[in-house]
Amino acid sequence: MRIDPSKCVACANCVPICPMNAIVIDTAINRAVIDYDACVECGTCYRGMSQEQLNPTIVRTIRALAKALRLRFEPEPDVCPTSAFVMEDLTWPRIVRRVFSDPLVEHESTGIHGRGTEEVKTNDLTGRVDVGEVGYVIEMGRPGVGVRFHQIQTMTEALAAIGVRFEDKNPITNLMTDRINGTLRSEILNEKILSAIIELKTSAQEVRGVLHTVASTARQLDTVVAVGVATRCSEDGEDLVLAPLLKGIEVRFDRAKTNVGLGRITNMAHD
Amino acid sequence: MTNTLHRYGDAESFDDDYVIFAIPCKGKNDEGAVEKLKEFLRICAKHSPVNMGNSDFGSYRSADSLGPRIHWRRNAEPDHSAVIESVHRTATAAAVFDSNAKAEVCLRELIAADLGLSVNVSASVDGAKELVASCGITRHSVEYSLGFNDPHDLLPDRKVLELSTMCGHGMVSANLAKKMLDMVREGRRTPHDAAVTMARFCPCGVYNPARAKRLLEKG
Repeated sequence: MRIDPSKCVACANCVPICPMNAIVIDTAINRAVIDYDACVECGTCYRGMSQEQLNPTIVRTIRALAKALRLRFEPEPDVCPTSAFVMEDLTWPRIVRRVFSDPLVEHESTGIHGRGTEEVKTNDLTGRVDVGEVGYVIEMGRPGVGVRFHQIQTMTEALAAIGVRFEDKNPITNLMTDRINGTLRSEILNEKILSAIIELKTSAQEVRGVLHTVASTARQLDTVVAVGVATRCSEDGEDLVLAPLLKGIEVRFDRAKTNVGLGRITNMAHD
Repeated sequence: MTNTLHRYGDAESFDDDYVIFAIPCKGKNDEGAVEKLKEFLRICAKHSPVNMGNSDFGSYRSADSLGPRIHWRRNAEPDHSAVIESVHRTATAAAVFDSNAKAEVCLRELIAADLGLSVNVSASVDGAKELVASCGITRHSVEYSLGFNDPHDLLPDRKVLELSTMCGHGMVSANLAKKMLDMVREGRRTPHDAAVTMARFCPCGVYNPARAKRLLEKG
């Protein structure tokens, strides 16, 4: 992402918009600038801000006059008056930033837009997680902190060391060069992204060990980690395994996603 | 983790937050799914959702050619029909409701429509369980959010998190949420306008402006 200095009027509307705090006003040139290393190419500034497409020279003149007269104008806070943002074409490895940060970009490995996967959202069709099994989604970087791939690798290696098996249809698994040890491609390790999801599945007996590994590894990393755990319910719609287990180890869970089981196969020739 | 599981708050704070979404499964039921997703959204639109989304944009979205008068007269109403009509690919479609009652009648109609798509409800654990039971069906699978591990205190305070995490993809920045909180406190923006401003940044349309407005009114 780039800000066109010939268009920017330094109104600063974009500064609080950036989820990564990557935009500042450079007072030396009186323009907004993007910290290229901090930017994760999520597109929030480019796509989320409304555009006025005003003439930059006229806007700068009006702003200079208003400033001289100490007049304060209360503009809409989500508008770029001169459409100054430019989305650049990216090359490898920087392009992984956009793939993992812009929810409108589709992962080739999953066919899902955003950095996620189908998880148990389609479990009524895929049987990805069965009764007595536990699926995990371990998300690093969200909300609003970001993560680098070397931090993700620290987590995948820690999980691999306790013998977990990573989900095949997952963007992070597809970036591994060694799925047994959880090693990621070396050329992306310093790339920063908004977040990534590590997915795996274990038996119910292993929940405590996995959650302990995630928590202890998170303490070593300068980012945030959010965890979701999933299971298939019994015939009568009850979760007799995971919820009691979580309560037993005093893990709090207030919110849940519930697959209500309405999916069915309708493709003429399905996988 | 599903975007809507990132919502920060306790179970009580989700009383006005029910997200129903449909998702086609690659290779299983994605053929002809575009029309089914449109029908899903048409059904949801009948039951007064507070937001809807089609994975490209939501009922509130940015505009690329505003006139200067928008600083005084800006539309702050949802446009559900644009969300429905612009579905063009097999992605997730979602609707957000601010009450259990609205979500229940919507889910009942979705069950009757039998679209064949996987349908999920994201809400408080008990809220979703009661909703499904009241519609006479049983849960197939459930995914619990265990919250955040933040050992280094990198996250902002609770009020900011409650507002910013309603865009699960993280497109509503903590700084924007803080700015909206401050503008409401200073009387520079109404809670409704502040909530809509944040909703415009959520491209999937799962931001709940009704919950945001309630949170902003509490200060």
